Amino acid sequence: MSARLEEIPITSAGATPMQRDPAVTIFEKGAAGRRAFHCPEPGVPARDPDELLPRHLRRREPARLPEVSEPELVRHYVRLSRRNFDLDSGFYPLGSCTMKHNPRLHERVAALPGHARLHPLQDPRRAQGALELMWNLERALAEIAGLPHVVLQPSAGSHGELAGVLLTRAYHESRGERRTKVLTPDTAHGTNPATVTMAGYEVVKVGTNPDGGVDLEDLRAHVDDQVACLMLTNPNTLGVFDTNIEEIARLVHDAGATLYYDGANLNAVMGKSRPGDMGFDIVHYNLHKSFTQPHGGGGPGAGPIAVSDRIEPFVPHPVVTCTQTPDGPVFGLDDDRPQSIGRLRGFQGNYGVFVRSYAYIRSLGAEGLRDVSETAVLNANYLLARLRELVGDALPLAFGERCMHEFVLSGAPMKKELGIRTLDLAKRLLDHGFHPPTVYFPLLVDEALLIEPTETETKETLDAFAEAIAAIVAEAREDPNIALGAPYTTPVRRLDEAAAAKHPVIRQAR
Amino acid sequence: MADASYPTDLLYHPEHDWARIDGDHATLGITWFAQDALGEVVFFDPPEVGATTAAGESYAEVESVKAVSDVIAPLSGEIVEVNAELSDSPEAINEDPYGAGWLVRIRLSDVSETASLLDAASYESSL
Amino acid sequence: MLAAIGVSSVEELFAAIPDGVRLRRDLDLPPGMPEQDVYEHLLSLARRNTCAEDEVTFLGAGMYDHYVPAVIDMLLGRSEFLTPYTPYQPEISQGGLQVMFEYQTAISELTALPVSNASVYEGPSAVGAAGYLAKLANGRRRFVVSRGLHPHSRETLRTLSHGYGTEVVEVPLRDGVTDQEAWAAAIDDETAAVFLQQPNFLGAVEDAHALAQAAKASGAVVVGSYDPIPLAILAPPGDCGVDVAVGEGQSLGNRLDFGGPSFGFFAATEAYLRRMPGRIAGETHDVDGRRGFVLTLQTREQHIRREKATSNICTAQALNALAGVVYLSWLGREGIVELAELLLQRTAYAREALCAVEGVAALHEQPVVREFAVQLDVGGLEGVRRVIDRCQDAGVNPGYALGRDLDEHPTGLLVAITEQRTREQIDRLAGMLGAAIAAERAGEREEVRA
Repeated sequence: MSARLEEIPITSAGATPMQRDPAVTIFEKGAAGRRAFHCPEPGVPARDPDELLPRHLRRREPARLPEVSEPELVRHYVRLSRRNFDLDSGFYPLGSCTMKHNPRLHERVAALPGHARLHPLQDPRRAQGALELMWNLERALAEIAGLPHVVLQPSAGSHGELAGVLLTRAYHESRGERRTKVLTPDTAHGTNPATVTMAGYEVVKVGTNPDGGVDLEDLRAHVDDQVACLMLTNPNTLGVFDTNIEEIARLVHDAGATLYYDGANLNAVMGKSRPGDMGFDIVHYNLHKSFTQPHGGGGPGAGPIAVSDRIEPFVPHPVVTCTQTPDGPVFGLDDDRPQSIGRLRGFQGNYGVFVRSYAYIRSLGAEGLRDVSETAVLNANYLLARLRELVGDALPLAFGERCMHEFVLSGAPMKKELGIRTLDLAKRLLDHGFHPPTVYFPLLVDEALLIEPTETETKETLDAFAEAIAAIVAEAREDPNIALGAPYTTPVRRLDEAAAAKHPVIRQAR
Repeated sequence: MADASYPTDLLYHPEHDWARIDGDHATLGITWFAQDALGEVVFFDPPEVGATTAAGESYAEVESVKAVSDVIAPLSGEIVEVNAELSDSPEAINEDPYGAGWLVRIRLSDVSETASLLDAASYESSL
Repeated sequence: MLAAIGVSSVEELFAAIPDGVRLRRDLDLPPGMPEQDVYEHLLSLARRNTCAEDEVTFLGAGMYDHYVPAVIDMLLGRSEFLTPYTPYQPEISQGGLQVMFEYQTAISELTALPVSNASVYEGPSAVGAAGYLAKLANGRRRFVVSRGLHPHSRETLRTLSHGYGTEVVEVPLRDGVTDQEAWAAAIDDETAAVFLQQPNFLGAVEDAHALAQAAKASGAVVVGSYDPIPLAILAPPGDCGVDVAVGEGQSLGNRLDFGGPSFGFFAATEAYLRRMPGRIAGETHDVDGRRGFVLTLQTREQHIRREKATSNICTAQALNALAGVVYLSWLGREGIVELAELLLQRTAYAREALCAVEGVAALHEQPVVREFAVQLDVGGLEGVRRVIDRCQDAGVNPGYALGRDLDEHPTGLLVAITEQRTREQIDRLAGMLGAAIAAERAGEREEVRA
């Protein structure tokens, strides 16, 4: 086995070797009295601290934070960073995540003090640059989605979904209607049903037809006057564009319900088709997906929403306003919105994310954005074609013939014939220097492998990835045990997740 | 993990639960098939003593790393005892699903419900 | 590539899109620009904002102009922290998972509560998430909320709870802190949770222990929204009988950024471990016995539990939480106490200095740590706005006009102190405020005469 490990190629798409020291937390480093912070002198006449803050309100024991010098601090976190795979270093074909390149210009402009050191409660007359940026971003997003009214406030996709379902509730309540159910397809991302419950509705699942779209018969059977909303994404999580979307919109609207678009897959259709034109009433965008906000290991992101005229009165406040004056446009924030559902968070939202997404949209322009979607779909279909050619029997496409920007393969034949599962394939890919695709989602497909290359990857990278998959399958044909024991070259190998769940240790012991 | 087994002295519910009848009391648990489908159990959230079970309805949840499953009561009654050992050793549900992996003990409210449960052979053939 | 796929044009790949929904024109957006032009454009927008480098600012009310150390810029800019996804493949994400574990430890220490998650979006939505936790835990129908909570927190809680059907009842302040009698009277066995803020929105230190005890008998979940830096010297939630502690993390190494991104922290007692929203990193070992970290207790989360999840949160604020734990490590055990004591001293000095100014009076006399409220002797909120405007024109932002949110304090001003506000700047503020108030009152007299 060790001879084989040395034969593993580190391709140009592979990640750099990662640091393999034993894990030591910052709490286990340092020594009493060390620090990085040099506290300024108070500079004011000293008063008795107990007089300013009575003892019974005071903390008795200090929090046991680390005691390290700045060099120790830096070395600890820099070494820790080297135990991470990242997008700048290698390919990340995570379906549903749109891991496209994060242009570094965005970090430079987001760090400009005029943006970075601006207080959210600054007088709007002294924050015209920020408000104009938000306004311009809203107009661009409105054009991309084909819906006129955009609010940037939600902090992530699932936050935007919550806004959307609460808006639906407000809309129905304003018409004196009490509806109780929200429909989601069985291919939906988990945030959809979780959101529905948080918003006080019952989740009802709608089936998928053999082509991968919504089962119209099942939809017709479930749509009634108790249904508040249907939540969809198009293309869906199978990478399939639902050709019945116009009929679906008609069915839902005829029943008086709203149609909600989960924008996670917007990367496939920018400049080609718009959810507003498909009939959606409410759309959310994931700025950390199609609009290059870096993923940061799990956030920050942003989930702005766009809505139709009939939903507009209910949107969260504050709303950015633009008033034309003889001296030019003046921007403001409007809190006086009597029918608004209120707020989903403090202040205006993740402005730092808006700055980056706005810079992206201005860099690309109309043509560039269309090019993004065309290339994303081209790359996905090319990768699909190569994988079919190389491993089509072991890992067939789950639905349809082609795909949009992502596609789902099933590892069920591979499991049956070769004795390795999608999980094992993913772990062995780590040794090849690739981040694996999304695994075991969508739930509808057995041993699912959801692959989204995005438009920023080269043909050479796609070829290398396809060849790595083929190599792993071929290797499993000879000896499945290798994949079953993978990975071998990463900072740690397979971890005992059951032990972590059974006896959770979620902080350093005191 | 035990090998697949379905003891003949037990009665079964199609949602993969078993009952051991003892006069007007019963001990309840999940079958070998259920624990195998779940994978390694990491947590069992027991109901309270004194709570009631309703035949065919969920009375608790069993969690593995990657899944949560409702536990369906085969019979109706009042919970008189829960298996306290499972909070430290939930893996007993995998290793000995019919013995140390028992979940709750109930006082039956309607003994006649036992007639609608399956015997070991019928349950096994339904899988 | 087209040949490999078996089509002759990219357009063929979009054949599934029906004619009726095909976009047949270009998007109506300006054309793309080279990097340098985008930079110039973003710079010109930045120049039209008055930021904390352009004025001496005493504006707080939830976000504060603390100094962000340079190491944070450097670490957050590293590819390995900036660009990876959520750590679903733990073997190649040990950096990010260990950061979460360290962050969870730091928050647990600060709050004196054993359980912390790896971050939520920010402060007010963390309060909302705590409400949802209580709702799922006990199913009761009412929240009791102190008016001392930040207006955005109160409003976010109302917006979210309207969805799942829980009523919100507010308890007023008296003398700047939660009215304890009214608080106790509002709590009964229909109360799902009670909410207090520490220090409260007017900067006053509450008796959190007394407020928490008043709720104990009812079995309501006690939720406290805490400002993290004052926590270095205030009795922590874990010692006061608070069940769930949340708060805004912006002060901990994150920039103002016109309101976001920052992070929210969420900590609780052991009893609520399995009801926590959001990601949690746990320690374990690999097949060779190496220590490692994984996302754990995932069965709570949306990707497994779906409609029964503890929350719908997926993407959170991992990078900002990294800034948080680095900042707390940079301050260190002693440093954070020194910082909080410095804020205590300077805030007391500032309150005294301002209240000595003609036309300024304390709005309350409660102990304060980093922020305090005064009343200005001018005509209503508009008068206060004009005073603020005059000060800003002279390069000092004196604080937040409380009348923007609180009708009962139309002439209130909330003044925030950070370690960047020196004695000289405080003295300058006092002088300027006095002059602005005098000018405003002269103007009012003019109007009355006219």
